[in-house]
Amino acid sequence: MIAGLRRLSYIGANFFSEDAVTQIRQKLLVLYVHSPDLHSAAVAWSHYDGTGQDRSSSGDSEEPPYASVVAAMQDGWRVVQFPQQYPAYPGMEYNTSYLKYEYILEKMEEIHGG
Amino acid sequence: MVDKQHLLNSKQMAQFVADGLLRFDELVPDELNRAACAEMEAGVLRGKAGAPMDELWQDLAIGQVIRLPAIQGMINSLVGPGSLYDHHAVHTVNANQEHGQIWHADAIIDTRMHFDVQFFYFAHDTPREMGGTMFLPGSQYRRVSESDVARYQNFLGQMPMVCKAGTVAVAHHGIWHCAQPNLTDNKRYMFKLRLNPTVRQKKLWNTDDIDDAEISDLLNANHRWYGNEVRLEAVNRIKMWRFLTGDDNFDLSYWLSRLENAPENELWAA
Repeated sequence: MIAGLRRLSYIGANFFSEDAVTQIRQKLLVLYVHSPDLHSAAVAWSHYDGTGQDRSSSGDSEEPPYASVVAAMQDGWRVVQFPQQYPAYPGMEYNTSYLKYEYILEKMEEIHGG
Repeated sequence: MVDKQHLLNSKQMAQFVADGLLRFDELVPDELNRAACAEMEAGVLRGKAGAPMDELWQDLAIGQVIRLPAIQGMINSLVGPGSLYDHHAVHTVNANQEHGQIWHADAIIDTRMHFDVQFFYFAHDTPREMGGTMFLPGSQYRRVSESDVARYQNFLGQMPMVCKAGTVAVAHHGIWHCAQPNLTDNKRYMFKLRLNPTVRQKKLWNTDDIDDAEISDLLNANHRWYGNEVRLEAVNRIKMWRFLTGDDNFDLSYWLSRLENAPENELWAA
């Protein structure tokens, strides 16, 4: 079976038509949270949708879609990347740049085509 | 010489240090707004980077906007007299543009304590469905290079410039921002101007209220989107306030004083 592609041939089944094709696509949710604790509050967020159904962009929502990473997990999102933690380089202890606690989550969704 | 009444005060400067921007709603008179819009549609002559700002656009409405006493007060308070023109841009968002611009900070990583300012002038009404520019208050000290922050889409505390004609925002050069979608049938305009200082940026504003107790509260603002790094943000603001005031003992919540207490140095000197 080719990853991301399932050919369904449930002959006689009344849910799928014969030779219907269902393909799997990835949706990404990027949550930035208050601290390394996955229960801590979401402070920033992004969506990237591989199904083609949605295109998010800057400034399109005022409240995070989930209160925390754990809340997103409870809704079926799978964490696929944890932020690594590094000690500050000497002399850069007070420098700030990117948001440190970035968690990347995914959901796989079916799209239908033939 | 700008009359003292037009200079920023210490509380406004503290807010600028914390938020990275100040906004002044409906500052520019309507007649000038209309003339400036016409000039933006036609195009505004670009100056030479590094040239004295005072010499630019003598005959243009845009020049009159910049020479308004209130704008001159901001310039003198933030970058001082004799500021230099860096560049300007007439930013437009076409009608029915459904997607926002990526978040970015202008230019490149900038490690100076001295800072440039950028004016964002909204010469016509800008309701939310038209944009306008989205700012992220408190982002100005983050060391990032232009669109390195483009993965981010939304932050707690992000602030769209929804405003009436004649509104001006003045920002630290490092602030993160992005143009927002324009779902109307009209093109959106915004005039941006960057200025460089030529003098030491120290107590250039009206300092009559320099000891106001509210200043510490303003500098301690928590914009929420940086989470656990709020104390590091405070340290960066303490450093900037010290730079601006020349008061090397200024502190918030004892954050730097604690670290600067080095009794071992006295032992070595004994």
